[in-house]
Amino acid sequence: MHAQLYRSLYRIRRVEEEIARVYPTDAIKSPVHLSIGQEAVSVGVCAALEKGDVVFGTYRSHALYLAKGGDLRAMIAELYGKSTGCAHGKGGSMHLIDPRAGVMGASAVVGTTIPQAVGYAWALKLRREPALVVSMFGDGAIEEGVFHESLNFAVLHRLPVLFVCENNFYAIHSHLRERQAMRSIAEFARGYGLPSELVDDGGVESILEAAKRATAAIRRGEGPQFLECFTYRWREHVGPGEDFDAGYRDRAEATPWIDFDPVVREAARLDATERQAIETAVDAEVADAFAFADTSPAPEPAALWTDV
Amino acid sequence: MPERTLTYTEAIREATAQAMMNDPAVVVLGLGVTDHRAIYGTTQGLIERFGRERVMETPLAEDGMTGVAIGAALAGLRPIHVHIRMDFVLLAMNQLVNIAAKSRYMFGGTVSVPLVVRAVIGRSWGQGAQHSQALHALFMHVPGLRVVAPTTPYDAKGCLLECLHADGPVVFVEHRMLHGVRGEVPAEQFRVPFGRARVLAEGSDVTMVGISHMALECMRARMLLNGAGVRAEVIDPRSLAPLDIDTIAASAARTKRLLVVDTGWTSCGASAEIAMQVVERVGAIKVARLGFAPVPCPTAPALEEHFYPNARRIAAAAHALADGNRDWVPEQADAPEVKDFRGPF
Repeated sequence: MHAQLYRSLYRIRRVEEEIARVYPTDAIKSPVHLSIGQEAVSVGVCAALEKGDVVFGTYRSHALYLAKGGDLRAMIAELYGKSTGCAHGKGGSMHLIDPRAGVMGASAVVGTTIPQAVGYAWALKLRREPALVVSMFGDGAIEEGVFHESLNFAVLHRLPVLFVCENNFYAIHSHLRERQAMRSIAEFARGYGLPSELVDDGGVESILEAAKRATAAIRRGEGPQFLECFTYRWREHVGPGEDFDAGYRDRAEATPWIDFDPVVREAARLDATERQAIETAVDAEVADAFAFADTSPAPEPAALWTDV
Repeated sequence: MPERTLTYTEAIREATAQAMMNDPAVVVLGLGVTDHRAIYGTTQGLIERFGRERVMETPLAEDGMTGVAIGAALAGLRPIHVHIRMDFVLLAMNQLVNIAAKSRYMFGGTVSVPLVVRAVIGRSWGQGAQHSQALHALFMHVPGLRVVAPTTPYDAKGCLLECLHADGPVVFVEHRMLHGVRGEVPAEQFRVPFGRARVLAEGSDVTMVGISHMALECMRARMLLNGAGVRAEVIDPRSLAPLDIDTIAASAARTKRLLVVDTGWTSCGASAEIAMQVVERVGAIKVARLGFAPVPCPTAPALEEHFYPNARRIAAAAHALADGNRDWVPEQADAPEVKDFRGPF
């Protein structure tokens, strides 16, 4: 299990570090919202899922897409605006999708995919299909009306959906305490009758264990569950760099999170040979994906008019 | 064999039931779809035939429930999401415009959103500023959304069945005054294709395009114009996005005069779009538009009657286009569906 978790964490970290490295060359002419520092949430949750389960994410979904098994080459090609991208160059980083892997399309408007996850779960229930749906969103989404509408409906119909709030404490540059009156998001969800759990240590194993408990309950037919995971975004809201000098937060706040890096912690659980083998394979895969994106063709102009 | 007639309401109900029989993916949801009023009768009896799972009452959450319908559509269902007033769809614009309209394109054709949004527009009596709006032009503006506004019971059934076979979201616009209108409707299933207008009556002097309920009023105006020796062609677009501009432009090119009558505001509206597209095609012809008065809808009957276009004003406007005489004012032509309407709904 540690090898699998480490491979997934390291792979996401490497992909995003490579995106950040490449970004200043303008090979990617579209916004990127990096998950660096937040990988454990997607990796822990997705490790509790079956292949047939479905996830809905946000514009910060590189980690979710990869953790759920989204195609890496198609992802990087999408960022590069190439016809081989997962959305054929029409979506970019904010609209990653891979239906074959159960990764449904992400949205750039906060909160908007939450009801879609619920609706997908409703369809699964009507068809008596055993799969479940995960809805991932950030702490900002809690403030959107549609979040509340979605929770109410999911509970009302006992739908097979796991809500996961990736709480990194910031909506763009605005801190949670400037935006929310309630003390705890997890507790707040309980107000809707949702069994709800908070994982506050950011560790991939604690998140996985909580996700296992929640998904097991859903698969037993106990209806929707809620999981809040504290996490921290290391980079700027959008773009490849750091922004600890921007004035809205300082590095001291990030330090405990960086010191508790789940990638490093999982690496330490493996012996050197096993770890090296994983890293070598992932490094080669990442290099291949960027080369694939680089050499892929741009979409033909006629593609502007297709799939409207 | 006598022709088979149904009301517009019955035509919608029949199309829905037949689609649900054929395809287990078709589901109906909305506030009021299961109550005794059954959305003016259009969903009456569906719950007895298809059960509460496929005919579902919703919370008052237009945005969330539109998202739910989209999610279900992404999973392969064909939801019909019913809004008893189009005014309420404004609460769902984020899901409709940002997600439903864009998913297919934004995700490179990997998914589609086969969602039908039924939205009731228009007057009944005194519905006022927030229960009468016809905002179809808002949806026409957005690529990725189809918009249909059938006028006859035949087209109501055929358009709804077409919507239920479509690969993307459609807004199905139905005017409250049309629900009781009766017309010939075949029992079997048939489809009215998107982007195909219907020529309701031929004429050589002026082309009148009437949207939704205004197509009926244009037909009455045509009778008034006949009395004054003006021969009007009347076209019902049926499908507003895509528009059948070929049919409308061909008629306008012949008559050299175009009057577009909308059951909505004219500013940046469907009438502006139709008139402009025709002018782009056929060049300088005489063009006029009629629609709601550019104010919010009042409730007092004495004001309301001046807010909506009617056959008399349509005929006068067409007459002015046809021979330049602005003084001719015909007698009033009764619209029984308006005159005989009894509320409160």
